[in-house]
Amino acid sequence: MTEPLLMAHELSIQKGVRALLSNVSLTVNQGDVWQLAGGNGVGKTSLLRAFARLARIEVFGRLERCEDVLYSGHSAALKGALTPRQNLMTHPSGLNAPSDMAIDTALEAVGVLSHADVQTARLSAGQKRRVALARLFLPSPRLWLLDEPFTALDVQGVKVLEARFLEHARSGGAVVFTSHQSAALGDELKVLNLEHYCGD
Amino acid sequence: MTDQAGIDTLQYLRGQTARHVRLQLASPSEIVNPLLFFLLVVILFPLGLGPDPERLALLAPGILWVVALLANLMICMRLFVDDFEDGSLEQLAMASMPLALSVIPQLLAAWMTGGLVLSLAAPLFGMMLGLPVSAAPVLVASLLMGTAIMLLLGAVGAALTVGVRRGGILLALLILPLYIPVLIAGTRALDEALHSGDPAVALAFLGAGVTGGLLLAPLAIAAGLRVSLEL
Repeated sequence: MTEPLLMAHELSIQKGVRALLSNVSLTVNQGDVWQLAGGNGVGKTSLLRAFARLARIEVFGRLERCEDVLYSGHSAALKGALTPRQNLMTHPSGLNAPSDMAIDTALEAVGVLSHADVQTARLSAGQKRRVALARLFLPSPRLWLLDEPFTALDVQGVKVLEARFLEHARSGGAVVFTSHQSAALGDELKVLNLEHYCGD
Repeated sequence: MTDQAGIDTLQYLRGQTARHVRLQLASPSEIVNPLLFFLLVVILFPLGLGPDPERLALLAPGILWVVALLANLMICMRLFVDDFEDGSLEQLAMASMPLALSVIPQLLAAWMTGGLVLSLAAPLFGMMLGLPVSAAPVLVASLLMGTAIMLLLGAVGAALTVGVRRGGILLALLILPLYIPVLIAGTRALDEALHSGDPAVALAFLGAGVTGGLLLAPLAIAAGLRVSLEL
């Protein structure tokens, strides 16, 4: 009925001469939460970057996706010299600046509102991570591609984020994230285990 | 519809420019360092050449322009490094806005906190070298345009070398030859002004350089950034 937000058909990823992943097919519909699972070095990040069209590697096969996408990688695109509030005010890829109220709500949701006007460089790793994830609580694109979103988060932070994933999915969005831990998202989580697509 | 898109684009560019200026102001050392460098070198020249005001005034155009060029090189070396390392460039490349357009706010902010400040401070440095006050307007005008051209050219090199470890020397090798015409035109304008000639031709050459650079450099910068991001 609704168009899929992302459709990968027999996608293969090659790094140098080595085939990293072969024949991965995945359709992400509205309301889906997908986890790309697998051990270290299996190609989770590479596949996610291929989805984001940021791949530094060769990708074969067909990939269609909507343009309305948010990618969050290992590096969070946060400026240490700016405060969390200023960091959220303008995003390099964001066309429209969010309202002050939206920013406050987002920072409160991830629990760093009390640090909104401190230089981001002074925050802890986990707090920085939370500031980066606050972007997910702003009005955001439909398709999220998130690389290891649970890194450096405490138990409560993980819970907040999981709840946000489900909320986003229910409001017509979709989430694809990489993680080697199993997330507690219940039935709504679909898992693509990349171990099955390794090599040739 | 197109009007709305136009307004959005303008708003985006304004927001991004404000962001970059705020970033520059948050680390004032990056604004002050090129100025300090300028000041130190200008102080050193009279010590090396002797304090004869007439000889200094003769050499002042060349000294001022070469130092401005080197200070500008310092600015260019830092241009995309932070954004490359923290992932901002990737996000910029993913945005719906063409990369050639979305690098402009950053260039504008870099010029406002770099070239503009240098140009406005230059008459002071000129006075230290015995440059007549009457040459100050031409000095400022030529540097305003010259620093803009040098920033645009330098940004092309910076975009290409941002992924290279310790790419500073590579950047200098790449772009210094391109700076030569700018240097010649800039010092020529000053020389003409000093010897009661007409600096208009050299200034017009610089003006043409700014116009051409503004049109073409963003495209080259975007292409260079794509190479560096391996997209």
